[in-house]
Amino acid sequence: MNQAPLVALVGNPNAGKSALFNALTGARQKVGNYPGVTVERHAGRMALPDGRPVELLDLPGAYSLDPSSPDEQVTRDVLVGRQSGERLPDAIITVVDASNLDNHLRFTLQLIALGLPIVVALNMVDLAERDGLKLDPEALERELGVPVVATVAVRKRGLDALKDRLGDVVRGVHVVRPGAGVQHDIVVLQRRARQIATAVTLSETAARRWTHRFDAVALHPVAGPILLLALMFLMFQSVFAWAEAPMGWIESGMALLSDGVAGALPAGFVRDFLVQGLIAGVGAVVVFLPQILILFAFILVLEATGYMVRAAMLMDRVMASVGLSGRAFIPLLSSFACAVPGIMATRTIADEKDRLTTILIAPLMTCSARLPVYTIIIGALIPDRTLLRGIGLQGFVLFALYLLGIIGAFCAALVLRRTVTKGTTSGFMMEMPKYQMPRLRDVALGLWQRAEIFLKRAGTTIAATVAILWLLATFPQAPEGAKQSEYSIAGRIASGIEVVVRPIGFNHDIALALLPAMAAREAAVAAIGTVYAVDNPEDAQGEATITENLRNRWTLPTALAFLMWFVFAPQCISTIAVTRRETNGWKWPAFMIGYLFVLAYVAAGITYWSAVALGL
Amino acid sequence: MNVAAAIPQPVRLAQLPRLKPATVSTVDWHDLSEPEGRRLRELGLDEGVEVEMLHRSAFLGGGPIACRIGRMTVALRRHVAAAIHVLPTPAS
Repeated sequence: MNQAPLVALVGNPNAGKSALFNALTGARQKVGNYPGVTVERHAGRMALPDGRPVELLDLPGAYSLDPSSPDEQVTRDVLVGRQSGERLPDAIITVVDASNLDNHLRFTLQLIALGLPIVVALNMVDLAERDGLKLDPEALERELGVPVVATVAVRKRGLDALKDRLGDVVRGVHVVRPGAGVQHDIVVLQRRARQIATAVTLSETAARRWTHRFDAVALHPVAGPILLLALMFLMFQSVFAWAEAPMGWIESGMALLSDGVAGALPAGFVRDFLVQGLIAGVGAVVVFLPQILILFAFILVLEATGYMVRAAMLMDRVMASVGLSGRAFIPLLSSFACAVPGIMATRTIADEKDRLTTILIAPLMTCSARLPVYTIIIGALIPDRTLLRGIGLQGFVLFALYLLGIIGAFCAALVLRRTVTKGTTSGFMMEMPKYQMPRLRDVALGLWQRAEIFLKRAGTTIAATVAILWLLATFPQAPEGAKQSEYSIAGRIASGIEVVVRPIGFNHDIALALLPAMAAREAAVAAIGTVYAVDNPEDAQGEATITENLRNRWTLPTALAFLMWFVFAPQCISTIAVTRRETNGWKWPAFMIGYLFVLAYVAAGITYWSAVALGL
Repeated sequence: MNVAAAIPQPVRLAQLPRLKPATVSTVDWHDLSEPEGRRLRELGLDEGVEVEMLHRSAFLGGGPIACRIGRMTVALRRHVAAAIHVLPTPAS
């Protein structure tokens, strides 16, 4: 066998496992499509001190070998060699939080009993010491009978020693019988763990750390919710305020590129296709990269600091009122960035009905792909007025759209929990990690991975959609006097759709944009841009032109109905695909598409008719 | 010296005053669902463990509580905290 040894990194949630994984593998990681949540397969390469390569596998955090969520099940199955597509690891590194020994050792005892070669990383010893806890790693090694190394993953301390000991244990052939002799009685394990923890503790003084002082505010009955609301509001305002300048740079860059290509190529089909079709279309989407990154940055930082669990706790009461638990808050908040990682994050929810409900409502959270659509429509058709000091009408409308998605999701959950996903709730019980300063490098790495995914999407799905649409919208050429956007193939398809959506105020442009928006929501912006480009090929391209055209061709009721449609409509193939995967079949994704389209149609209709009646 | 005042009476964790250390005396496991009980044990709750009420979130009334179990901070719903009987540690 010449495959590199497989080493599994295992530990309780909040033991600093991911930080250790990053520190050990550096940039040599292979992550799935949606990293960040530890539910995907995270693997990386590292070298042992003697030069041998090792494949390191970061397994989802777990409390024991008796899984109570799909997440923990993966961990268990890999460790006993039952996970399909994964070989049995050759060794285990188990990560334990030094200041939480009596708890984390319980899992370690189970892992040791598995019989695989194992090294214990006694992590975050610096925090434990600051917490008034002095431990004896050698005593722990004697008690457990396996190698123990003190580490501080975030400061890269103890890593060499860890690699040394790992090198020792993966040497040689081991005969193991996975799963044999593992103790499953929690009470027995817990008492043994506490015994060991007491034996290896040299001294312990109570120190009230600033985590408690901060929690006194963050979890305060009055101040807590206010802080949460303020943070959410700051997050959405920043998306607009901070993104303005970088968006301008991207636009200028795109204009330069467009001019360059236009100048280098002779007039004709190829030049039109590149400039009006591809560059204009992809550019219209790429320009939203700064906003998406700002949104993701907020979520990553909130997660890294440990505040997210506090938010979940504050929200538990509200979530319980619609039959969910506070645990659903984290997947739902992630869905504001993108429903795909959000739906995948529901794997931490133990109760099946709870989880299913969360998946079904996740697409109602306003994802970042809707931002481009909202931004451009709001920018063009909602007056730029100031409501209050520092709060503009445009920002307010955006906030209202987000709020509407949330209210819609809550109402949907309430109805679903009483009908199709009826059942008991799983309750709410969560460990609250200590607050931590987020590490710039980890946040940057997370952002980089998100940017990569977004740009890849812009370069493939969106570029292809835009290219096909441009071709369909350009041919056949309209005769003199006829409108290109109506005469072309795309125009005729759109005329068919228009019959259905005309009652809710949608015009021909929108009908044309709805189809490409199914592939990716943000493609709607590109599609609308394409419509104007093929109608007026002489005009300059870019967002300014789209805005100008929107003002001329759309009424306010139509715009409002269109925004409302985007709040509810399930227009994203990736979301539908991930729902199918996570629910093992077409039943639930089909249900999701159905109920969301009905909601979207009704909501857009009511909005349009009310707006017309009000004379807007 | 009043002997009766020095001997602490057991109370439910849900009623324990904030920042008053206590020891778990009994847990009404039958008041909890099977997964709840298991999760609670996994989070380290057991007879004899030291606990302390840290925060009560009153968002819309009756939100979860945050308490210390051993060295770990855990959020629990009220009905779970009500199933845990604790003995306040006498002030030294």
